[in-house]
Amino acid sequence: MAGGFSFRRLGAMIRKEFIQMRRDRLTFAMMLGVPVMQLVLFGYAINADPRHLATALFAQDHSAFTRSLVAGIENSTYFDVVAKPETAAEADRLLRNGTVQFAIEIPPNFTRDLERGARPQILLDADATDPSATGHAVTGLQLLAATVFDRDLAGPLTQLKQGPPPVGLVIHRRYNAEGRSQINIVPGLLGVILTMTMIIFTALAMTREVERGTMENLLTMPVRPLEVMVGKILPYIAVGYIQTAVILAAAYWLFSVPMTGNLWLLSAVLLVFVAANLAVGFTFSTLARNQLQAVQMTIFFFLPSILLSGFMFPFRGMPGWAQWIGEVLPITHFLRIVRGILLKGNGFEEIMLDFAAMTAFLLAVSLVALNRYRQTLD
Amino acid sequence: MTAPLAIDVRGLTKSFGGTKVVDGFDMQVARGDIYGFLGPNGSGKTTTIRLLCGLLTPDSGAGTCLGYDVLSESEKIKREVGYMTQRFSLYEDLSIRENLEFVASIYGIRRARRTVGETLEKLNLADRAHQLAGTLSGGWKQRLALAAAIMHKPKLLLLDEPTAGVDPKARREFWNEIHDLAAEGLTVLVSTHYMDEAERCHKICYLAYGKLLARGTVEEVIEQSGLCKLKAAPTLEDVFVHLMRDVTDNFAIKKAG
Repeated sequence: MAGGFSFRRLGAMIRKEFIQMRRDRLTFAMMLGVPVMQLVLFGYAINADPRHLATALFAQDHSAFTRSLVAGIENSTYFDVVAKPETAAEADRLLRNGTVQFAIEIPPNFTRDLERGARPQILLDADATDPSATGHAVTGLQLLAATVFDRDLAGPLTQLKQGPPPVGLVIHRRYNAEGRSQINIVPGLLGVILTMTMIIFTALAMTREVERGTMENLLTMPVRPLEVMVGKILPYIAVGYIQTAVILAAAYWLFSVPMTGNLWLLSAVLLVFVAANLAVGFTFSTLARNQLQAVQMTIFFFLPSILLSGFMFPFRGMPGWAQWIGEVLPITHFLRIVRGILLKGNGFEEIMLDFAAMTAFLLAVSLVALNRYRQTLD
Repeated sequence: MTAPLAIDVRGLTKSFGGTKVVDGFDMQVARGDIYGFLGPNGSGKTTTIRLLCGLLTPDSGAGTCLGYDVLSESEKIKREVGYMTQRFSLYEDLSIRENLEFVASIYGIRRARRTVGETLEKLNLADRAHQLAGTLSGGWKQRLALAAAIMHKPKLLLLDEPTAGVDPKARREFWNEIHDLAAEGLTVLVSTHYMDEAERCHKICYLAYGKLLARGTVEEVIEQSGLCKLKAAPTLEDVFVHLMRDVTDNFAIKKAG
């Protein structure tokens, strides 16, 4: 009788599960691979206190004082001066297209005003779309401004050390003045949700054909690989656009995310981004032997996509190798584009490079997918 | 395109992981014949059928199927061959009609709606046209699969154990259908384990361990076996049991040597 709990039956169940686990090599590898990947990413790649942030220095005055100031800024380790624009417009452009996180402006007559005790003001323009990326650096600069000239203020200027700091610091938190994290996260979610759903939809749609045996029938019929691939992908592009509409509506009405830029431009970019993810899903489906493996591969791709793309943690805070991986992922570029368009009002010129990178990714992965798709059962 | 033979292949060989599943296989099937393909499980029947319709590429060997080269013209072969897989391979979450309309569109059949309608009538599927394929019983699934395989008016029909798991009445109806199709000029290659089905074929061949053991009409195969001398009125089944005994003996000798 199968009445009570039987350890013998339990043992049989457990043994069977272990045998099946061992047979499915990929699943087994994933069981080890995913934790290792998480350890590496969380342990080494993520840094909540980003330093060495790209900075543009727009200096309109040159003297021993400004040299001390620049040296002090760089020694703080928060700022790496990577560009020295000649005009305010140029500095603004660098900030908008994301080349730099900060633009520091030293006004004309800075040295004269300083020596007169007129407390000249340094302007710090911060790209504050991601408040967590800029917070520490801004605080660091505030401390610096108070003490950086201590050594230079010798002789008759010593008196300037008393009282308020000899220079003032004006901080502009651009694109997200109130430092609301939703403004950064909600547009980012668009990229994350599309990555997750688009990849998994296609990966499963193809693997299902193999698993249910319908692939054999499909291969017997005169249908071309490109027709299969595009036919599988197009319906999900429509799904992707519906998801986007829902997320953007929620972003606008529920989270008051500004929609500064051109939404048609965003729609155009979206097409390439969605197609890139679907191509990844299609590639996975040619590798996976069953739907479970397809899901696992998706997770394997999804983890770096949320951790290394600048969605959760500041992109520039990561070490070089992690940024390099991040640059390969389409979501990294999409996040820059979507935040740029919605928050900064960027046009095509500013997003061009990221758009090109995404397109290159799409082409490369499509080639792999088409190459992997077999027209026979060999 | 009036090659006298529907299938003409020589020396077909295919290995999987070092095991020769099909080994130097020759086959000639005349147009309009119903050709029975027999042999124990794992004898290479399914692999041979897949080689013929271009689903697998042979390691060596050559030949033609409907006058097209099996190595280089598999796209052309696909258009003129109807293949019914051993396992049901249409979409279970589509209805009968939706499945047929999908297949009709893939083959680029003109006036697809009408062709689908005619096919539904022909195979008595019209009453169930809106039923999901997944909810059909074995016999009806097999009818649907046959409908999908003949809709584009193929010249050659490859049937891989089409009647496995189907009740006797449905089996008989299915074979009547096959004979009707052959009468219209279609060539049929059908693999089966049932001796009564083998006896309804114009010609048969018997395959074991990737090698051909016998071929010809049913009478010829019985005659060739030499079993008539040992036993009165031997049946086809007797012949195959006899043939298999020889093969297993040979294998045992090889292993011992």
